[in-house]
Amino acid sequence: MMQNNIARLAAERPDFAAIAAWIPKGASVLDLGCGDGSLLRYLKETRSVRGYGVEINDLDIVSCIANGVNVIQNDLESGLSDFEDGSFDFVILSQTLQATRHTEPLIREMLRVGREGIVSFPNFGYWKNRLNVLLGNMPVSSELPYQWYNTPNVHLCTLNDFETFCRDFNVAVLERRVMTGESEVRVLPNLLGSTAVYRFQRGI
Amino acid sequence: MNNSVGIVSAQRAIFDTPLVFRSGAVLPHYELVYETYGKLNADKSNAILICHALSGHHHVAGCYADEPENVGWWNNMIGPGKPINTDKFFVIGVNNLGGCHGSTGPSSINPETGQPYGSSFPVITVEDWLESQARLADLLDIRQFAAVIGGSLGGMQALQWSLTFPDRVRHVLAIAAAPNLTAQNIAFNDVARSAILSDPDFHGGNFYQHNVVPTRGLRLARMLGHITYLSDDAMANKFGRELRSGEFSYSYDIEFEIESYLRYQGDKFASYFDANTYLLMTKALDYFDPAHDFGGDLNRAFARAKASFLVISFTTDWRFSPERSREIVRPLLHNRRNVSYAEITSTHGHDSFLMEHPHYFDVVRAYLDNVSHERAS
Repeated sequence: MMQNNIARLAAERPDFAAIAAWIPKGASVLDLGCGDGSLLRYLKETRSVRGYGVEINDLDIVSCIANGVNVIQNDLESGLSDFEDGSFDFVILSQTLQATRHTEPLIREMLRVGREGIVSFPNFGYWKNRLNVLLGNMPVSSELPYQWYNTPNVHLCTLNDFETFCRDFNVAVLERRVMTGESEVRVLPNLLGSTAVYRFQRGI
Repeated sequence: MNNSVGIVSAQRAIFDTPLVFRSGAVLPHYELVYETYGKLNADKSNAILICHALSGHHHVAGCYADEPENVGWWNNMIGPGKPINTDKFFVIGVNNLGGCHGSTGPSSINPETGQPYGSSFPVITVEDWLESQARLADLLDIRQFAAVIGGSLGGMQALQWSLTFPDRVRHVLAIAAAPNLTAQNIAFNDVARSAILSDPDFHGGNFYQHNVVPTRGLRLARMLGHITYLSDDAMANKFGRELRSGEFSYSYDIEFEIESYLRYQGDKFASYFDANTYLLMTKALDYFDPAHDFGGDLNRAFARAKASFLVISFTTDWRFSPERSREIVRPLLHNRRNVSYAEITSTHGHDSFLMEHPHYFDVVRAYLDNVSHERAS
């Protein structure tokens, strides 16, 4: 049953497999905005990570505990003061970047607490999103499942935008994977990719 | 009663091995009263110890055959299908040493003198309680608890279990607790103690021989304590500025509803609780400080712990605030222990830990469901 769950998760969230591929067995992982703990559980079962999640939502806290993952109830935006410098191999922000308000300080905190950071986010530059806007509507899709009036996403960006951000704030991108569904996109990623995953560290 | 453990009865364990207290005092023999709910499994791996707070005791769930209205103090949390599920766990409630509900305490007769211990009962610490609780576990043939659970002072005992007996507890649930008391908290305790100590009926702790009870002191201590257990909002919502008669009487009689409530609570408490026990409990709170032997460094203090932890706080608890619970979480993160932390949005202040609250109960239920599925280590 556990194997089925893992297979189902991998199918539903292709970014999970992409993230897992970068994480060596037994690494320590902090997952910010960890939701119901699915990613941490996936990493625990596939990579034997030692992990903690941070989440603010009450129902998600219960789900994390039910999923058997460690979770700390806290607001990411108020900082990561409970976590010591360099206490994790990886700090992950999965599909949460676009919903953070104080994005730059949060990325800085990620790289204070972790050796490396990993973010995944929906690419606003994906051609379907561009087409929607061109046709006069805000995009609504499986990656962006909200209406303009109820979306938590306040900082949507494209691949280009994120990479410019990294240059401006001295963040060194180590690896990038761009996907549409489960398939990797290598040609014109900012146009043809719906989801991006980056692995990065502090620039020198 | 629905989902209740039903009719329960207290049991008594007698210990003849002297207990040496942290203070150096020795109690040659003592008794502990306790209750158990549910069944101990074959490998004795499903036992949960419930540690009580200042005014608690061993009667945690169910009721007595001859006193159906005397329901255990955590009956909403413990029972078949409840968050602490007695269909899965063997749950033990114990009255702490120094208590006044049947375990040896200041009001018990000292067999050597034939008189109540009174002021001669040793000042007790959380560590002393743990030693006596571990002996009870030995007696029940429980080598390792699946979990030790407590709120407030009970949470402090649960934490201490992971430090004093790291191999004897797999999970610690520390609810509305703190790694030590703040100066403000000690100050509240000192005022409460002063109320008792200055009552003319206290007689230096030996009031039993005078056939009096320091009711006034105990009542004041409880009134003060009660204020600190509630939140400002909870009091405002429940009582506001309501007057009992609807208008000012320009006297020192009970006028406001909150005065009436506090005095009622104080009187009720003073009618059954032992003043010496109250003093002992507050001192145990004041002394609790696992970092004390480690130069104040909680990170080093918790290095010994092997258990997994669930830490829970309540947003309006100002006596043991969420920030204090996070002080427990941080050294556990530092030492790479398994730990989850839930901050429950509740209006009821410190008393929240005793109340039924969906998120709080779901968190405890989810955590213990997983515990019930694991094997003994």
